[in-house]
Amino acid sequence: MRAFPRKWLAVLIALSIVIPLLHPVLPDLVSNYRLFLVSTMIIASIAVLGLNLLTGFNGQISLGHSAFYAVGAYTAAILMDKLDCPYYLTLPAAAILSFIVGYLFGLPALRLEGHYLALATFALALSVPQILKYKWLEGLTGGVQGIVLSKPEVPFGLPLTEDQWLYYYCLIVMLILYWAAANILKSRSGRAMMAIRDYHIAADTMGIDTSLYKTVTFGISAAYTGIAGALSASAIAFVAPDSFSFFLSIKFLIGLVVGGVGSLTGSVIGGIFYVLVDNSAQALSTFVKNELGLQFDLSAYTVFGILLIVLMYLMPMGIAGGLFAVIRRLRRS
Amino acid sequence: MKTNRRTFIGGVSAAALLSGSSTAFAQKKYDDGATDKEIKIGNTYAYSGPVSAYGVIGKGIDGYWKMVNDQGGINGRKVNFITLDDGYVPSKTVELVRQLVEQEKVLCMFNILGTPPNTAVHKYLNQKKVPQLYVATGASKWGDPKNFPWTMGYQPDYNTEGQIYAKHILANIKDAKIAVLMQNDDFGKDYVDGFKKGLGGDASRIVKIATYETTDPTVESQIIQLKDTGANVFFNVATPKFAAQAIRKAADIAWKPAQYMTNVSASVAAVLKPAGFENSQGIITAYYLKDATDKQWANDAELKQWSAWMDKYMPGANKADANYVYAYTVSFLMHETLKRCGDNLTRANVMKQAASFQKFRVPMLLPGITINTSATDFYPIQSVQLARFKGESWDLFGQVMSAENT
Repeated sequence: MRAFPRKWLAVLIALSIVIPLLHPVLPDLVSNYRLFLVSTMIIASIAVLGLNLLTGFNGQISLGHSAFYAVGAYTAAILMDKLDCPYYLTLPAAAILSFIVGYLFGLPALRLEGHYLALATFALALSVPQILKYKWLEGLTGGVQGIVLSKPEVPFGLPLTEDQWLYYYCLIVMLILYWAAANILKSRSGRAMMAIRDYHIAADTMGIDTSLYKTVTFGISAAYTGIAGALSASAIAFVAPDSFSFFLSIKFLIGLVVGGVGSLTGSVIGGIFYVLVDNSAQALSTFVKNELGLQFDLSAYTVFGILLIVLMYLMPMGIAGGLFAVIRRLRRS
Repeated sequence: MKTNRRTFIGGVSAAALLSGSSTAFAQKKYDDGATDKEIKIGNTYAYSGPVSAYGVIGKGIDGYWKMVNDQGGINGRKVNFITLDDGYVPSKTVELVRQLVEQEKVLCMFNILGTPPNTAVHKYLNQKKVPQLYVATGASKWGDPKNFPWTMGYQPDYNTEGQIYAKHILANIKDAKIAVLMQNDDFGKDYVDGFKKGLGGDASRIVKIATYETTDPTVESQIIQLKDTGANVFFNVATPKFAAQAIRKAADIAWKPAQYMTNVSASVAAVLKPAGFENSQGIITAYYLKDATDKQWANDAELKQWSAWMDKYMPGANKADANYVYAYTVSFLMHETLKRCGDNLTRANVMKQAASFQKFRVPMLLPGITINTSATDFYPIQSVQLARFKGESWDLFGQVMSAENT
């Protein structure tokens, strides 16, 4: 893993803190809607980061992260709805519950490798929306009707709009999680995780408890994604089983691969990418049809797909990998 | 503060200018999304994902506004209908609706599809005071002007329809033992809840409720289970594909209960023909739209007008798809609402006009069914008529029934 230059990181963080404050000065450019969109990007980044810990750094594949996302989101929603729990306390609860679910799922996953693990996690992703609708759980989850929530209120009477506060809330959570992930990976445990990814048998021989590391990594990964889910419940202020379909897992995977497998920076880029493209694909396809006058009735997903293929050809290492390659080449010349 | 002569005169003349300009445009009042030239309307539909079959409604509505614009628009203003794909994912709907309201600055939202997506933006639109008009769902919660004065439903709600079937069963079938096939989502739940409410103390007459998911390939095993209960009444709460499978399977295994089916699946071409006309005789449903494939309307003037619109603006589309009739009627009502707003295109006035329809006739609704709304009644269509399938078409019988749900 290549570390992101520290100077740049500081500049980026400073910018991300200062720019939203410009909302009263430039209400059109820094609009509430855009801040909300960036918040969803941050949430997506956290989810992709979680998946990256598992897939990118530990070599276990998962198509089931939408399930952990749903667990996190529903934990937060039920706590807020039934117990009037303040929204910030839902995050640790969601993290713990998702960790447990992820850890337990990691146990049978030990016996499954590669494609088989992909299939098992796929089943998890398919079943969770159905389980949420199950009649015994309906009293808690609201069944198909879902749960309507309130948006996080601005604390301490700060002069911020709801969306500004939501943005800072998400940003703070992401920075903490990013920092924690970077530290885990730099530590002995992180090296063990990567050793398992690179050569399972060798890692075993060197005395790494591979099953412990794999299940715990599964748990941590699920916890990250669960936190993202809990944040999304606050941001969207509504949860329903339809929001957590299998396709969400695919989106995380797209974010992971496009951003860069095994790169923390890549996770952030990947999260931003999929929200951005998901939102602009339809605009792009209507642009092609109406402005350029081409009579292609492209669906938004076709545009999305074409973009993905192009990107994978141009930057097979993901955007993060591609950017670093470009920077290196510039430095050399 | 010291006021010298120059600033005083400047102030007075500025005030005069402002008041002058406000009187000159007194008749024209606009909120976001309305100008002298254009009215912007926002919408989301599922053009992708598991229920993308409903996407044709969005396309039909788009075709309707094209016709309106070709005819010169509404009071000289063109309609700019912006429809986006939410794939029936509520979290996506929130993103898109915020985009439409805050970036595109639409005047109102119109006919968003589905109960979960509408629920996701219900609070938001009411907080922002943006009309959420004529939503494309039959859930009963959309007519709540007290708590949600900016949201209005459109079609007869599922709950009421379920009650109507229950009442009919109690009145006409002795010793009813009822088996229910239910789609496991908000649509199915709403019907069955209403049905139970209609049965009241006789709810124990329901001997079994078998559920299925929209992702299931068939409902054959559910029908076999239902037959085994020995029920003599079958309430079919399914979307078209599954409703047809259920009717056919019941006939195949020689189960001959009295059958009731929701109007969502009442299309002759999409349901009864594939199920087999011989298997469908005697099925009872409740109707509010004219079925374009039903022969009794072949020479109907409204149907001809609808058909001409289909030919011109939806070329190649399947006329047997009842969703196009739905799209036409709901757009017609929106068209009329905006027409009545005149030059006062504020959000408040849009809601006011939407809430003041008296016996307004929308073409392609059944004869005798009209739109009635008021400040306390946010259910535009509340009447249905029962129909029994006979030969190759629906035979309407009894009175047009209006269930007051407010």
